[in-house]
Amino acid sequence: MPSSADELTASLPRGMDGPSSASLPGWLQAVVLPGASLLVAFIALVIWQYLPPALGVPKYIIPVPSALVEEMVRMWSQENLLMHIGSTTTMAVIGFALGGLFGAVFGYLLGLSPLWERILSPYILALQIAPKVAFAPLFIMWFGYNAIPKLIVTVLVVFFPILVNVLQSMRTVDRDLVNLARAYSMNGSQIFWKVRFPSSVPNLMAGLRIGATLAVIGVTVGELVGGEVGLGYLITFGEGQANTAMVFDAIFLLTLIGIVMYWLVAFIETRALHYIPKAHV
Amino acid sequence: MNTLPLAMLTAAPALELSHVTRRFAGRGRGHALFTAIEKLSFTVARGEFVSVVGPSGCGKSTILNLVAGLDQPSEGVVHLGGAPVLGPSQHVGFMLQKDLLLPWRTILHNVEFGLETRGLSATARRERALRELKRCRLLELAERYPYQLSGGQRQRAALARTLAIEPEMVLLDEPFSALDAQTKLVLQRSFADTIATTGVTTLLITHDLSEAVAMSDRILVMSERPGRIVENIDVGLPHRDNPLARQSLPRARALMAHLFDALHLEERLDG
Repeated sequence: MPSSADELTASLPRGMDGPSSASLPGWLQAVVLPGASLLVAFIALVIWQYLPPALGVPKYIIPVPSALVEEMVRMWSQENLLMHIGSTTTMAVIGFALGGLFGAVFGYLLGLSPLWERILSPYILALQIAPKVAFAPLFIMWFGYNAIPKLIVTVLVVFFPILVNVLQSMRTVDRDLVNLARAYSMNGSQIFWKVRFPSSVPNLMAGLRIGATLAVIGVTVGELVGGEVGLGYLITFGEGQANTAMVFDAIFLLTLIGIVMYWLVAFIETRALHYIPKAHV
Repeated sequence: MNTLPLAMLTAAPALELSHVTRRFAGRGRGHALFTAIEKLSFTVARGEFVSVVGPSGCGKSTILNLVAGLDQPSEGVVHLGGAPVLGPSQHVGFMLQKDLLLPWRTILHNVEFGLETRGLSATARRERALRELKRCRLLELAERYPYQLSGGQRQRAALARTLAIEPEMVLLDEPFSALDAQTKLVLQRSFADTIATTGVTTLLITHDLSEAVAMSDRILVMSERPGRIVENIDVGLPHRDNPLARQSLPRARALMAHLFDALHLEERLDG
């Protein structure tokens, strides 16, 4: 294609042509900001390591970072930590996938049927407000001490934000775009796949991003209440043994799983939504 | 629609509205109907460029929806090329103030959008889209996304999409009103030129009197709601394909002054 890059940039509105609009030069930002973040972490760790012992706080109240590392190594070799991490991750991913799928499908179905949406909206609102994790003991009574209650809680927790986001986007699809498609003699399913669905993708992705973090919460509650496996179970186990370091480590690992899942969804999101200009800070 | 006898297609006017009335259910408890347009009748000949001007809220956009088949008249009939309009038609293209480009598609795929229900092969679609992009001088931007284009380029892409379906009739609903003054002049020129080359019948809805004078063969002046045609003006000026040249003609200025009076703009300055 003969068009030069200059020509294109010239036609772009101001502020869309890169991150250079902020006050610091790009390379400096790329080095200084992460560096400052790391420095904050380092200072916090140093204080954590030396301040509690200096104040005489016992290690079963606040274990120091070095003790957490020792405990992590012990859990790896003696408590089959990898298996627990694997179990929690698997449950979170499956629960997220199922919850996301159901949430999206119901969101689109209700979005296409305003009548059903109006009939069901009070219940959707009620269920959305209800603390889903509180259902965990109920599911254990129904299904026993196995993977099913955890999975159901996770699916429920993930389901609603995605449903609500998709529904919201279906309500706000540009009427004129739909009319344009109608004017081109498109039928309902063509309008859905060519206009409504692609229009909703930003909202769907935002819902999935929220869902990814909630999935870890759902699994954790399930494991806390009735598990024999997983990081949530290790928290209750550690609590029973007054092993504070174990509780800290399990929380740290759960956070890590949540961050990785969030990051993966955010990565897919930026790939999928490449056609939306980056917000300039 | 494609089964119409050819004789009927060529003899009938491109567009004919006969005694068209459109009422809408009023909002609120009163259930009072309000009449957007009343007993509206006019025709547009093949290849003609007609503008509709009138005060805001006079039902101009209602006309567009009725012609596009997106809405049905309460009374009366709309005929396109001799056939009554019962729903969206393959022969009408429309364009609004908003470019309505799909942000997730490249410009090329946006232009192909209207062709996807026409039973064309992918290659044939691409060829037609590229042809229209070339006509609208957007070939270099075919692979860009809408956000990478300026407002004027986007409206040109929307015109390319509208013309790609090879419509008998193009409906333009204030396509220039969201643009800055300079872009507007350039784009009016570009549209006028493109429309003259294709020879397509055009109905332009606008509130810009100079635009109506500069671009059209005939101007229909509408009254306040319920909208009726109060005047039908033959422009009769040269340079339909070049609005800038036309606007500088003395007769064009006289015509604008006349339109100004016809719409009672003077009186409204006090209100």
